[in-house]
Amino acid sequence: MEQNTVIDKDLEIRLQDAMCVNESHLEHKWYHNFKYLVVGVLFGIVFVKSEVVSWFRIQEMFRLQSFHMFGIIGSAVLVGMVSIWLIKKFEVKTIYGETIEIHDKKFNKGQIYGGSIFGLGWAITGACPGPLFAQIGTGATIIIVTLLSAIAGTWVYGYLREKLPH
Amino acid sequence: MLEIIKEPWPWYVAGPLIGLTVPAFLIIGNKSFGISSSLRHICASCMPANIPFFKYDWKKEVWNLFFVFGIFLGGIVAFNLLANPNPVEINPQLATELASYGITDYNHLVPQDIMNWESLFTLRGFLMMVFGGFLVGFGTRYAGGCTSGHAIMGLSNLQLPSLIATISFMVGGFIMANLILPIILSL
Repeated sequence: MEQNTVIDKDLEIRLQDAMCVNESHLEHKWYHNFKYLVVGVLFGIVFVKSEVVSWFRIQEMFRLQSFHMFGIIGSAVLVGMVSIWLIKKFEVKTIYGETIEIHDKKFNKGQIYGGSIFGLGWAITGACPGPLFAQIGTGATIIIVTLLSAIAGTWVYGYLREKLPH
Repeated sequence: MLEIIKEPWPWYVAGPLIGLTVPAFLIIGNKSFGISSSLRHICASCMPANIPFFKYDWKKEVWNLFFVFGIFLGGIVAFNLLANPNPVEINPQLATELASYGITDYNHLVPQDIMNWESLFTLRGFLMMVFGGFLVGFGTRYAGGCTSGHAIMGLSNLQLPSLIATISFMVGGFIMANLILPIILSL
C-alpha cells in the first residue's frame, strides 16, 4: 500500500507541466528504449531535410512570408488527429498488447504566460527544443550553448515554480 | 532516387511524417509525443538540487532522452549523407531585410553570420543564443509543453489547453520576429 502511494506521488510530480508522461504498466529491459532512438533518428532526418530546424524558415513563418511551416504543422496535426481518432475508435493496442491511454490536459494560466515566453524565444533562436538537438547534429556546435541555456531555463522554472502564477 | 532525397523535402511530405510520430509512440510503447520534457529530465538527473519539481524517478522517462539523442544522430546523418548541396532558399523580401543586418550566409540551417562562437561574447550574440535559449527552456516548461507536445500531440488529441498554448506560442513569436528581433539584430 505504501509502495503504491510512493509510485502515485512520483507520477503526480512527473505529470506536472508535462505533455508526454504516460505511465505504461509494463516493465521492460532498458534496451527496449532503442526503439525510441530509431524513431528519433528518422524524426531528426525529417527535421533537417524539411528545413524545420532552419532559423530562416522560422523567420519566414513569423513574418507570414512562406506557407512551408504552416503546411508542415497543419498536416502533422491532421495526420495526428486522424491517427488518434482511429486508435480510439478501433481500440488499437500497443505492440505489447497494452491498451493505449492518453491523459487529458487541464488548463492553467502557465499555458498563456509560458507559451508567450516560449514564442519569444522560438523567434530568436529559430528553434523549439527538438530542433536544437538536430541543429547540433548538423555541426552547428554553437547551439550547444543555446541548449545548455534552455536546460538552465527549465531549471530556473522548476526553482521558481511555486512563486509563479498558474 | 538519392538526388530527390537530397532536395529539401516539401511540407506535404514532412508534415505527415512528423504527424505519424504521434501514433508511432503510442503504439510502440504507450507514450505521448513530446520533446521539451527531455530538458526537465536532464535537470532531474544532473542537478535536482532538492527542488520538488525535479524530485521524481527520471529513469522512468529515459525513453525521452533516447528519443532526443536519436534526433541529434538524425541531424548528423541528414547533414553528412543527405545534405542539400544548395543554400537554403528564402523569401527575397526576408533576404533583403536580413542583408541589412549583415546576414548573407545561407549555407547552413542556422545563420552563421550571427550564431558562431566568436559572436557569443557580443551583446547581440548573447541575446540570440543565451537569452533566446533560456526563454525556450523556461517558457516551454511553464507552458507545460512545446510545439511537439502541445501543438502536435495536444491538438491531435483535441485538447483546448493545447490550443491556447499554441496560440500563445504564435503570439510571442509574431511579437518577437516583427517588433523586437529587428532591434536585437541591429545591435
